Amino acid sequence: MNLRPDPTFYPSPRMAMEAPAETLAFTLMLSPDGAQPDGLAVVDVDPKSPTFGQIVHQVIMPNTGDEFHHFGWNACSSSLSPLSGHAFLERRYLIIPGIRSSRIYVIDVKEPLKAKIHKIIEPEEVFDKTGYSRPHTIHCGPEGIYVSTLGGGGEDGTDGPPGIFIMDCETFEILGRYEMDRGAQDKHYDFWWNLPRDYMVSSEWGLPPQFENGIVAEDLLANKYGHSIHFWNLRARKNVQTIDLGANHQMALEIRPAHDPAKDYGFCGVVVDTTNLQGAIFTWWQKEDGTFDAKKVLTIDPRPEDPANLPPLLQGFGAVPPLVTDIDLSLDDKYLYVACWGLGEMHQYDVTDPMKPALAGKVELGGIARGAAHPNGKPFVYGPQMVEISRDGKRVYWTNSLYSTWDDQFYPGEDGGQMVMAHVGENGGLTLDPDFYVEFPKGYRSHQIRLEGGDCSTDSFCYPNT
Amino acid sequence: MLDFDTTTALWWAVVASGIYHGVNPGMGWPLAVSSALMTKTGGSLLRALVALAVGHLLAMITILLPFSALLVLVQWQHEIQVAAAVLVIALGVYLLINRRHPRFLARVPPTRLALWSFLAAMAHGAGLMLVPIYLGICKTIDTNAGHAAAARLITGDVEIALIVAFVHTGAMMLSGGLIAIGVYRWLGLRFLSKGWFNLDVAWALSLVLVGVLALTVGHSA
Repeated sequence: MNLRPDPTFYPSPRMAMEAPAETLAFTLMLSPDGAQPDGLAVVDVDPKSPTFGQIVHQVIMPNTGDEFHHFGWNACSSSLSPLSGHAFLERRYLIIPGIRSSRIYVIDVKEPLKAKIHKIIEPEEVFDKTGYSRPHTIHCGPEGIYVSTLGGGGEDGTDGPPGIFIMDCETFEILGRYEMDRGAQDKHYDFWWNLPRDYMVSSEWGLPPQFENGIVAEDLLANKYGHSIHFWNLRARKNVQTIDLGANHQMALEIRPAHDPAKDYGFCGVVVDTTNLQGAIFTWWQKEDGTFDAKKVLTIDPRPEDPANLPPLLQGFGAVPPLVTDIDLSLDDKYLYVACWGLGEMHQYDVTDPMKPALAGKVELGGIARGAAHPNGKPFVYGPQMVEISRDGKRVYWTNSLYSTWDDQFYPGEDGGQMVMAHVGENGGLTLDPDFYVEFPKGYRSHQIRLEGGDCSTDSFCYPNT
Repeated sequence: MLDFDTTTALWWAVVASGIYHGVNPGMGWPLAVSSALMTKTGGSLLRALVALAVGHLLAMITILLPFSALLVLVQWQHEIQVAAAVLVIALGVYLLINRRHPRFLARVPPTRLALWSFLAAMAHGAGLMLVPIYLGICKTIDTNAGHAAAARLITGDVEIALIVAFVHTGAMMLSGGLIAIGVYRWLGLRFLSKGWFNLDVAWALSLVLVGVLALTVGHSA
């Protein structure tokens, strides 16, 4: 407990943008075949440091087969509401779930270069206390730490729907399920909220048998992956509305609400439209009457390609789908970054008008049947995937792996983990930094990135910009 | 034996505790700032303040009124005072040991500020802090009243309870409101993160202090 609020808790997104720039990044390393334990890499991102762009510390877990994916903080700017009673928590622990093992690690990063394991929650405890499995997204919020899961109970995670559970933000005890009334929600992926307006939005990927051993082409073509987003009364824990984006819009993944809580809209990325292989961005918003609506505001076309150059999965289509696997919104709500993992492109859209995204910048790197090299001449395996933006919006970091078994289907024969960074121009535009190229140790791939002191997909704000 | 000065001091204590509760961000003034910023109107700031004050007032009355009823037992007045002081000290000690915030408060929606304010005041013993002061005031009045009829005494004590609750809440709303308006208009949100101090320990100690004072000063008086 601090005597004053943690200096990395910011009342408004604008104040977070004015905070000092990040000097360290935390990046997850995963062993795709479980041959080695997964780990957390601490990466030096301070351009003035002699070890800029290098891994300066690693925390290697004591188990194998966890498959690290997403992670988050024990506490963030959401603590600055008197409603939560948690104003004096420290942003100190990273909560890292294994989506394959259902094990959860709590890592103490108070001294980042000596980061160490603080607590391990074994899978059985997750199963027993929640009936859920395969924990995924972490957000710190009003009642503590919220954890979304991808699986229900049972061996294959299909015994009952997946959902969200809550952990105590001080003791890291699992408190139990979040949902009082889940309505039509039967699959899960991401979630986020608007705290003062008291709503939450959640999305859908697919059930464990649909992803753990690779993408199931028949299920995809039969539109059996998730294609709805759910709106919840956050504190009443009730699903109040489900919007079906259309069955062809397969895999509605990342939910990115505007950071300024006075704004009443947000975005959702859709991986693939099964009618035309397009990737899509939907904008959702709250209407005057309190109900929600959503509209497709952007499509990204596939690129025709000689089947001979394509992995078996895609040969029948003769095209490379964009595969919009991650999106992230800058803290000023101006630029939406869209990772096109299939194409091998990172797009930057000006979303000042959230209904009319306008392409402002683009970087080509990696990609199916293209493999664009980094400006430093080295290869970039797979394509741009998990993306994270610095608080000031000037630097964009990303890694390359989507999910172990899916990497192998879309990019057979390739292997490796990289993290790169691009600079954002004064009026938009995106340029890769030739000197920032992190190669992860052999046998490791890389997934989500968290920035020291908060970033654009962790912190939720209680006060609007002034 | 209780003189004018004691009475005045006790009333000032009612006002001071109101200011103390009001300026503490944990009692809600940042929510008024948030409301104003969300709607971009000063009117919502005032509405939020009133809601917070109503909740706080109800919490004060809920705690004080049972003690007014108890004061019917005039011959037990001293014992009641001692018991109240011990209760306040016990709560302070409990809050010193158990530093966890009650999680149910986080379940209250931001639209129901009066309910939140009521529950927050109850959970933190804000009303209990007033009880020894209130009992002290009643004692001065009752002594002055001499052998007034019991019925009049009760009405008098209830009236005093209500006045104490109103004066305290008025001071709370005014002080919290001034800070909220200051932050909204001039100081900016930076004041929120810079000017918010962890008062958990100080709060618990103030409960103990009020109780101890009631036992010592009140007793000797």
